[in-house]
Amino acid sequence: MDLTLLLIQLLNGVQYGLLLFLIASGLTIVFGIMGVINLAHGSFYMVGAYLAWSLTAWTGSIFWALLLGVPLAAMLGLLVERLFIVHLYNRDHLQQVLLTFGLILIFNEMQSIIWGDDPHSVPKPDFLQFSIPLTEVQSYPAYNLFLAAVCLVLAGVMYWVVQKTRLGMRIRAGSSNPEMIQALGINTKVLFATVFSIGTTMAALAGLLAAPERSVYPGIGEQVLIISFVVVVIGGIGSIKGAFVGAMMIGLMDSLGATILRAFDDVELMSGLSVDNLTSVTVYALMAAILLWRPAGLYGRAH
Amino acid sequence: MSTRKTYSRRGALGLMGAAAGVGTLAGFTPTKFAIGQQAKVRVGTLLPYSGTYARLGEAITNAMQMRFAQSKEMIGSREIELIKLDSEAAPPKATENTSKLINSEKVDFLVGPVHSGVAMAMAKIAREEGVMTIIPNAGADQITGPLCAPNIFRSSFSNWQPGYPMGRVLGAEGKKRVVLCYWNYGAGQQSAQGFKDGFAESGGEIIKEIGVPFPEVEFQSVLSEIASLKPDAVYTFFAGGGAVKFVKDWAAAGLKDSGIELTGSGFLTEGVTEAQGAAAEGLRTTLHYADTLDNDVNNVFRRNYKEMWGSEADVYAVQGYDAAEMIRVALEATDGDTGAKDDMIKAIENTVYDSPRGPFKLSAAHNPVQNFYLRKVVNGVNEVQSIAVEALSDPAKGCRLG
Amino acid sequence: MTVVPRWPALLLLAAVAIGLALVPVFGETYAIKVATRMIVFAIFAMSLDLLLGYTGLVSFGHAAFFGLAAYTLQIYSPEYEAVNIALALPVVIGVTAFVGALIGALVVRTSGIYFIMVTLAFAQMMFYFFHDSQIAGGSDGAYIWVKPVLAVGETILIDFEDRATLLWFALGLMLAVYGLLIMLLRSPFGQVIQGIKVNEHRMRALGYDTYRYKLVSYVISAAVASLAGFVYACIDGYISPELLGWKESGIGLAMVILGGMGTLFGPIVGAVAFIGVEELARERELVGFLADHFQIIMGCFVIAVVLMLRNGLAGSLGGAPRAKPDPVETEVPGGEKP
Repeated sequence: MDLTLLLIQLLNGVQYGLLLFLIASGLTIVFGIMGVINLAHGSFYMVGAYLAWSLTAWTGSIFWALLLGVPLAAMLGLLVERLFIVHLYNRDHLQQVLLTFGLILIFNEMQSIIWGDDPHSVPKPDFLQFSIPLTEVQSYPAYNLFLAAVCLVLAGVMYWVVQKTRLGMRIRAGSSNPEMIQALGINTKVLFATVFSIGTTMAALAGLLAAPERSVYPGIGEQVLIISFVVVVIGGIGSIKGAFVGAMMIGLMDSLGATILRAFDDVELMSGLSVDNLTSVTVYALMAAILLWRPAGLYGRAH
Repeated sequence: MSTRKTYSRRGALGLMGAAAGVGTLAGFTPTKFAIGQQAKVRVGTLLPYSGTYARLGEAITNAMQMRFAQSKEMIGSREIELIKLDSEAAPPKATENTSKLINSEKVDFLVGPVHSGVAMAMAKIAREEGVMTIIPNAGADQITGPLCAPNIFRSSFSNWQPGYPMGRVLGAEGKKRVVLCYWNYGAGQQSAQGFKDGFAESGGEIIKEIGVPFPEVEFQSVLSEIASLKPDAVYTFFAGGGAVKFVKDWAAAGLKDSGIELTGSGFLTEGVTEAQGAAAEGLRTTLHYADTLDNDVNNVFRRNYKEMWGSEADVYAVQGYDAAEMIRVALEATDGDTGAKDDMIKAIENTVYDSPRGPFKLSAAHNPVQNFYLRKVVNGVNEVQSIAVEALSDPAKGCRLG
Repeated sequence: MTVVPRWPALLLLAAVAIGLALVPVFGETYAIKVATRMIVFAIFAMSLDLLLGYTGLVSFGHAAFFGLAAYTLQIYSPEYEAVNIALALPVVIGVTAFVGALIGALVVRTSGIYFIMVTLAFAQMMFYFFHDSQIAGGSDGAYIWVKPVLAVGETILIDFEDRATLLWFALGLMLAVYGLLIMLLRSPFGQVIQGIKVNEHRMRALGYDTYRYKLVSYVISAAVASLAGFVYACIDGYISPELLGWKESGIGLAMVILGGMGTLFGPIVGAVAFIGVEELARERELVGFLADHFQIIMGCFVIAVVLMLRNGLAGSLGGAPRAKPDPVETEVPGGEKP
């Protein structure tokens, strides 16, 4: 492996990691503040992607789709919170897992009924249609860089909101000590509804933004679901900083790690199992290793 | 012909009743089915009617219904009745669903599925029960290889088949360094093996095999690796959403103009060129069919299909159509006597006919012997360039039939 | 805390068992297979209940042991002849328990949500291990060509090729598991793990090495799950990596909750009812076009169970024993180390 490839893989990993961060950050705040495991988080990513497709077709531009899609997703999040999630506060994790597992089944079938089962592509905006040459063979799509930049900006905004604003203060108080916010007389009902809506909107926003790059097809929600849980758990539940670090680790694992494993594709560990068969396993092995080292994730607080 | 969309709920209801100790044991009376000349021939379809592959299941079913309707709804003095069951494209459910059709619905013919894992599960039970079975899509090589059986037929292809001709084509064109890139699961591995077998004689070299975990679609790092290897060509196996994304990512990474040719099994550009847009232009793939295939049978078939269903026929519709044709041949040979299995099997084995895909017959292992076409995407349509390999038969390693 | 089942529970259990036992007498092949599957998942759900309801560990990767057992049987079975159950069953249990001990030694160190996630991670690892490699057929799955038999010398006592035999064997296994688990829970060991569920800190303060107790409970649970996987693999002789997937684990959880967690017989009822509902949800006569989207029905069903049946069917059917502590009973009986 030469240095150029190494650098490009680094870039690929960071870019994928940034997208994962955007998805996982919503999950981690819902986790951290409300104590709710939302397995249906990936479904909101899926809804975002499909909204990008149908709204872009309708309005002609991904930017209009973003403008309309984000409030729609926020309302959907609010609706789900009011109808279902509200019953889960103070219930144990098991019931949260189950109820949101049920939601996944419903979301998937609704997608099939509303949008059909064909794969679709979402056009990129005209001014981002070009690619930037990296080597004489490969170039980098401008939209991917745009996507990475947007994710970075959003990460910055999130940092600012959490550290500097009143809402952020409540969020921080809530994730470190849920009883505290009640004692302070903050209306948890409103706070929880807001947080859940924000969390799911982030997933939908990731879906909206990623749709032109990743296309839209059935099952995309579940593809990001488990991996974003891995990110959240590695980073430590409730920690946005942790989600960022976790997302970067998974992103790099996916690009650099896989390239390295594939370099050993002729090494057989046992009959029928060669080293490059282990690419999928490594992500989970990393997560398990980190949890065994730090049972509450990298930046999580042990409870 | 009537399409009864239901199946008995006696079994399930009775079971619940009994299990709850209620004792509605009447529910367990076996569904007696007289094989009389008046009774309808029961054809069970185990196809995906929901989820990712639902479109394929629909096309196959539509074409079957069309073929049966063309036979004036009566074949060998008996009417046909379709019993549809959603395969959910999930192997753990497949054995159960197959049992439901065979043991509970007592179907005379079983048609399905789309997914290779489901096909493996289905074939296991179909072998044990000896039910006439036609696979209208799933390509798992094993089913017409070591697991072949007298009562199991395929109207589609083996995964090996669409790979082999592309290997031959690139070999003949003198491509020296080729990279294989595919979803690392059964279908992808077997497709890649087909390519390797076709490419082997040319003296070219496979410089790298990149297996992407199925169904991951994060391709950036794979593309970077391919770019750094600078091969003459790449052979790929991706389908559906993965095919859309790979082709678009390939173009966006600038590889389309790099001199590295992207090729694949036909599924890379089948039914997804609209979503791929300009990125798909010029891609060459090999498959046993193309929408633009210009022969009389295909032209008539496509016109009729459009008239009946309002949408364009595709390769899956052709496979469903030929599955129905096999059933028709079998019933005609025995005048509708579904008990005469040996005669039905012989009739299907001896079929030589003009399918919309061109000349069609079955190998000793019951897999189609068919032409493979080299296709190129022009204006969003897979246009036939030439016949890449004529009357290609699967090697059927390990099959003891015939 | 009582673990002695009360009369209504025993009556219901007897009714379910007799109903299932009679299926081969009156039902056709498909009904027998569905009934056997109900029994398989009843055993699986009981193994989960030992963790969820009695040890307080929510495993989201338990299907990995179910699937591992099925694969172990497949790999251990010779291709062209029947494997002897007397050999295969101990091997399957042994391998699964061994892997369970390896994984358990690591995962039991975590708790709460992290336990859920780390069990999921290990299950995913095992899923991809079988899915991405060619060890046993990869993604296409693998066959057990000849079903196991129980033979002494040349005499075949039990042949799983016969579906009724398999069902009755499974039913016997299920009842045996139920009895053994009740004995286990009434033993000093069982009292300790239930104490851990209620308050782990107190148990530790009382001098119990809670890690070891939880680990043993985890291994026993994996071993019980392996029985379910063993029988499952014998129903049709086809196994696929999806058996180890997180959706199967989720379905297991749903069955336990549906039946009533911490009741042991509840999960049996839950498994039977869940599979029953699934069968009904696919009936076009019953649900119309939703039969093509029957997962919507299953989704609504699961949500309704969580929201409305907090104690599960067993709790609602009256008088079922609950693992929920009465204030008086949280003390560990005897208060001394066993």
